[in-house]
Amino acid sequence: MLKGTARSPSGARPKDELQRLSPWRDRGAAPLASLYHRRRDPLQAWLLVLPALVLLIGFTHWPAVATLLDSLFTTPRGARPARFVGLANYADLVDDPVFWKALANNAWYAAVTIPVSVALALLMALAVNAKLPGRALLRMAYFTPTMLPMIAVANIWLFFFTPDYGLLDQILGVFGGGRHTWLGDATTALPAMMAVAVWKEAGFFMIFYLAALQSMPPDLAEAAGLEGASRLYVFRRVTWPLLMPTTLFIVVNAVINAFRLVDHVVVMTRGGPDNATNLLLYHIYETGFRFWDTAAAATLTMVLLGILAALAGVQFLLLGRRAHYR
Amino acid sequence: MSTRGLEMIGAWMLGLLWVLPLLYAVWTAFHPAAYATHFDLAAPLTLENVRKAWEAAPFARYFLNTTILVTLVLAAQFLVCTPAAFAFARLRFPGRDVAFALILIQLMVAPEVLLVANYRSMAQLGLVDSILAMALPYLGSAFGIFLLRQTFRQVPQELDDAARLEGSTLLGRLWRVYVPLARPTYIAYGLVSVSYHWNNFLWPLVVTNSVSVRPLTVGLAVFASTDQGIDWSIITAATIMTSAPLLLAFLLFQRQFVASFMRAGIR
Repeated sequence: MLKGTARSPSGARPKDELQRLSPWRDRGAAPLASLYHRRRDPLQAWLLVLPALVLLIGFTHWPAVATLLDSLFTTPRGARPARFVGLANYADLVDDPVFWKALANNAWYAAVTIPVSVALALLMALAVNAKLPGRALLRMAYFTPTMLPMIAVANIWLFFFTPDYGLLDQILGVFGGGRHTWLGDATTALPAMMAVAVWKEAGFFMIFYLAALQSMPPDLAEAAGLEGASRLYVFRRVTWPLLMPTTLFIVVNAVINAFRLVDHVVVMTRGGPDNATNLLLYHIYETGFRFWDTAAAATLTMVLLGILAALAGVQFLLLGRRAHYR
Repeated sequence: MSTRGLEMIGAWMLGLLWVLPLLYAVWTAFHPAAYATHFDLAAPLTLENVRKAWEAAPFARYFLNTTILVTLVLAAQFLVCTPAAFAFARLRFPGRDVAFALILIQLMVAPEVLLVANYRSMAQLGLVDSILAMALPYLGSAFGIFLLRQTFRQVPQELDDAARLEGSTLLGRLWRVYVPLARPTYIAYGLVSVSYHWNNFLWPLVVTNSVSVRPLTVGLAVFASTDQGIDWSIITAATIMTSAPLLLAFLLFQRQFVASFMRAGIR
C-alpha cells in the first residue's frame, strides 16, 4: 500500500488515479478538495472501530459462542470437570415441564401484551396528535410510566394487587367483589403481570407513532377529507399503511422486550405460583444463579437466542418487502 | 354529543387511568400509614415515610453507586461509539461491512440475554461485584454506533473538506466538525442511555452483592423484599424516592425527553 505521509500534498498524481486509490467515500466532494484526499491506512479506520468491536465481541459474540459450547457439555461440579455430552442437555430440556411452561407463558405474555400495548400506543398517539385541549399534559400522563424503573413499577403494582386492602380489591369491593389473591392465584397471576407490562410500555411505543404521525404530510389526509372520505376511512386507507414501517419497528422492539424484561417477575412473583408467571429469561436466571446449573442455563439461553434470531429473520424479510414505504 | 367530544373524553379517561397508579403511590408515600389505603383530603402530609426509608437502608450509597454507573457508562459509550460511528459513516476500509453487520447483531441480542456467560467472563476477569462489571457489557453499544453513524452521514462533505484544506487531522475533524454538529443526537442518545441504566436491574442484580456497589434498583428490591413488616407506606416512599431524580428531570425537561426518544426511534 502507498502510505501518504500526512503533510506531502499528493497533487502531483493525476486526479482520477487518486480517486481510485482513495479509501474515502467521495460523494459530492468538490473537485479541488478531492485533490487533497490522502490515502489512509485501513489500519487507521480499524483502530477507530477496534474499541467498540472488542467490547461487542467480548460481551455479545463470544458469550453467545461460549453458551453454545456450554450447552454441549455437563455442568462442572467440584472435582468433576465438564464432559462433552452432545445434545443430551437439549434432550433433558425437552423433558423439562418447567421449560415448556415458561415457554408457553412467554408466548402468551407476548401474544397479549404486544397487540394491546401497540394498539393503546396508537390510540394515545392519535389522541395526542389531534388538537385536544391540554394535550401536553395528556402526553405526559401517557409517557410517565416509561420513565420509572420496572422495579418501582413492580412495587407500586404489588401494592395494588394486595388482597383486601390493595387498590384493586378496594375498587371491586365497592361493587360487591370479594377478596382476591391476584398474584397468588395461578389463573390471575400472569394476566396481572401482563397489565403491568402494558402500563409500562404503551407510552414508550406511543412516542414512535407520534414521531411518525408528525412527519406525515398533512395534505394527504386533508385531500381525502375534502373528497368526503370519513375519518375512519382515511385512517384505514392512508394513515395506517403509512404507519406500517413504524408498526413493524415497534413490534420488533416489543417482542425483544417481551423476552428481555423480567424485572417485575423477580420482584412480584418469583415465577410463582407453581410457575404460572415463569418467563424464559427468568427461568434462565433461576437455573443459572439459584441452582448454578450452567449447562441447563446455557441450553435455555440457546432457545432464547434462537427465538431472537428467528425474529431478526422475519424482520429482515418484512423490511425487504416494505422498503418502498421508506 | 359529537364524536370528537367522545374521543376527547376517552383520551382523558385513558390518561387518568394511566397516571392513577403513580398518583396513588405518591399519596401513600407522603401520608401517614393510616391513610395508605383510604382517601381523605384532610389527611396530613408527612415526610416521615421518606425519612424512615432513608434510614432503613443505605440509600445514599445506592444513589452514589447509580450516579457513578450512569456517568461511567455514558462517558465510555461516547468515547467508544463516536470513532466507530465515524469510521462506518465516512471511511472505506476492507472488512467494513462485515464489522458493521457484526455490530448490528447486538440490536437484537441485549446483554441481559447472555447473563450466564457474561457472569462467568466477569468472574474470570475478577470483576464480579464491581461497578465496572455492571457497565462493561453495555459500553460497546450497537444502538449508539448506529444512531451516530446516521447523523455523521448527514454532515456536509464540504465542511469536512474545508477542515482538511486547513490541515486538520482525521481526529481533529471528527472532534471539531462532526461531534459539534451531532449534538442533538448526543443529547438524545444520552437521555435514552441514562434512563436505561438508571432503571436497569437484572444484570446489576446478578453481578453485584455488596452495599458499596449495588445500584438503586437492586438496593430497592433488596429493601422491599427483606420483610419490613410489609409497611407499604415506607416501601412506596422508597420507591418514589429512587425514581424521583429521573422523574423530576423528565417533568422539567419534558419536551427534550420526548423529542430525544423520538429522535432515537427514527431509524
